[in-house]
Amino acid sequence: MHPNLHALLVFLQTWWVELVSAVVIVAVVPLITGYLVLMERKLMADMQARLGPMRVGPHGLLQPIADAVKLLIKEDIIPDNADKFVFWLAPVVSMTAALTSMGAIAFGPSFEVARDINVGLLFVIGVSSLGLFGIVLGGWASNSHYSIMGALRSTAQLVSYETAAGLALVSGLLLAGTLKIRAIVEAQQHFGVWFVFLAPVAFFIYVVASIAETNRAPFDLPEAESELVAGYMTEYSGFRWACYFLGEYANMIVVGAVATTLFLGGWLRPFPNVHWMNWLDALPALFTAAVGAYCVYRAGKQPARVQTWFMWGVALACFAVALILAVPLVVAPLKFMVPGLHGAFWFLLKISAYIYLFMWLRFTLPRYRFDQLMHLGWYILIPLAIMNVLGVGVAMILEMEYGWNRWLALVVTTAFTLAAALFLLRLNDKRVAAASSAAPPEAPSTEDSYAG
Amino acid sequence: MLDKVFFFFFAGVAILSAGLMVTRRNAIHSAVFLITTLMATAGIFLQLRAEFIFIAQIILYVGGIMVLFVFVIMLVRLDVALHQIQFSRQKWVALFVTLALALEVGVMLWSSRKVPGQGFLLPNAMPAAKLPANTEALAGRLFDAYLLPFEIASVLLLVAMVGAVVMAKKRT
Repeated sequence: MHPNLHALLVFLQTWWVELVSAVVIVAVVPLITGYLVLMERKLMADMQARLGPMRVGPHGLLQPIADAVKLLIKEDIIPDNADKFVFWLAPVVSMTAALTSMGAIAFGPSFEVARDINVGLLFVIGVSSLGLFGIVLGGWASNSHYSIMGALRSTAQLVSYETAAGLALVSGLLLAGTLKIRAIVEAQQHFGVWFVFLAPVAFFIYVVASIAETNRAPFDLPEAESELVAGYMTEYSGFRWACYFLGEYANMIVVGAVATTLFLGGWLRPFPNVHWMNWLDALPALFTAAVGAYCVYRAGKQPARVQTWFMWGVALACFAVALILAVPLVVAPLKFMVPGLHGAFWFLLKISAYIYLFMWLRFTLPRYRFDQLMHLGWYILIPLAIMNVLGVGVAMILEMEYGWNRWLALVVTTAFTLAAALFLLRLNDKRVAAASSAAPPEAPSTEDSYAG
Repeated sequence: MLDKVFFFFFAGVAILSAGLMVTRRNAIHSAVFLITTLMATAGIFLQLRAEFIFIAQIILYVGGIMVLFVFVIMLVRLDVALHQIQFSRQKWVALFVTLALALEVGVMLWSSRKVPGQGFLLPNAMPAAKLPANTEALAGRLFDAYLLPFEIASVLLLVAMVGAVVMAKKRT
């Protein structure tokens, strides 16, 4: 055999699992993105007492497919005075960064592309932050005022909030003692507690900062439609626009996965070490079966026959998944599949809960003003995050050097951090009050700045 | 075999985009190619199994410094800046420095040509399992043997940051 061909075969033999996983991620994430958009529209409709998309498929279930087809066949416009090369490059950068960083995330104990990178979590954050270049370059290349304003805002916002998010992650990493994704989850299993309970302040900071990092309401200033049309995406259409959109939603999945891995116990089920809670293992199968049963119930109420069939199809798919989740539990030779399958279920469930929180906040809170956003980041979140890193560090020292109980040490330091947070908030209120009283009466007053 | 393929790929990309970075007239294009060069260098670090340096390169240089570069370039009026002649008086200095650096690298490569793993020979990559964990090893050296220089460097950075804030602050 030709030596090069042989080398290729050896390469494929070693890496085929990783290659297939990478293809699965690139293929599945756009589909998930489409359905996240549908979920978002449905949730928004529900919270605003509307129905949301109902026309394409039963309850609008085929809407994402129709949207995708529409975006693919739409005319692809490049503005005359745009910088063609950078205009072409920017959406690709945005999407590639988000999808690449997903490669290092462990979706369950047995599904990850890049296995056991020594700097796993840093890789995920570092590579996903490169998506910023897509936004900046796209905004510049469009040669439009709205675009460049959106891009500038976005840069300032992301650079500010990445600091806070990074410091929040440091507090979690201090507890885990490693950067490897797999080892972080194993540390939580070892301690028998999710790190969100040990470092609640860090989790809160990470939630706020990650909303700002993914440019979502109430921090969606780069694309504030009442001021900037669509921000950096204004001049984009069709497939390029879809690339941006995909990158944005993939980024949501990435921050959800990071938060899940570090703070919410990764793929572990609730109470992983408590034996009398073992009945929770049956929950994934029961849950999917219940969804299937609901689809059967709804199938009879569909207005058209084709929609009834479609509902039956969804129900059958749910039952199949439930069967796949249930069979390894009872059949002894298939027991080895349980951690992988159920891990993936719990992991995806936690990410979904996190993204649901994002959507909920989006429909609930009014948009921040830009100076409020910057003040929140620099005057409150970053000092608080630094305080929290110090607090967790002190707690670790108290535990290791002075033999304190871990819980006691953490409760004490968290209390100190919260006291510091209250102090910061009071300081901020005073500063705002001073600024509004110092402002001349003709100038637009900042007194109603919190009115929304 | 595969290591060599990756090495030549990353090295080629780095050199090619470095050349493009220098020759482009448009500052944003230059920035894009500088980012490509830095990413390719990060790839070489990764190929040498130096994961921490790889990710530090990406986070600090690409994700931090280059973002600020692009930010500043966007605030400059490029069409005006393009018509100005920039840095042309430094041509001979630049030539001299380049030649001196090339000579230095050449001498270094030539003098170590017999040492295995150095000089013109490509390093034989060690299997990953045999190396100690990169991040832990680095942290151990940094916070143990080189604690004082490390602290001095961080105090220096802090001073620079405080100085920047003081200078940027409005005088009232």
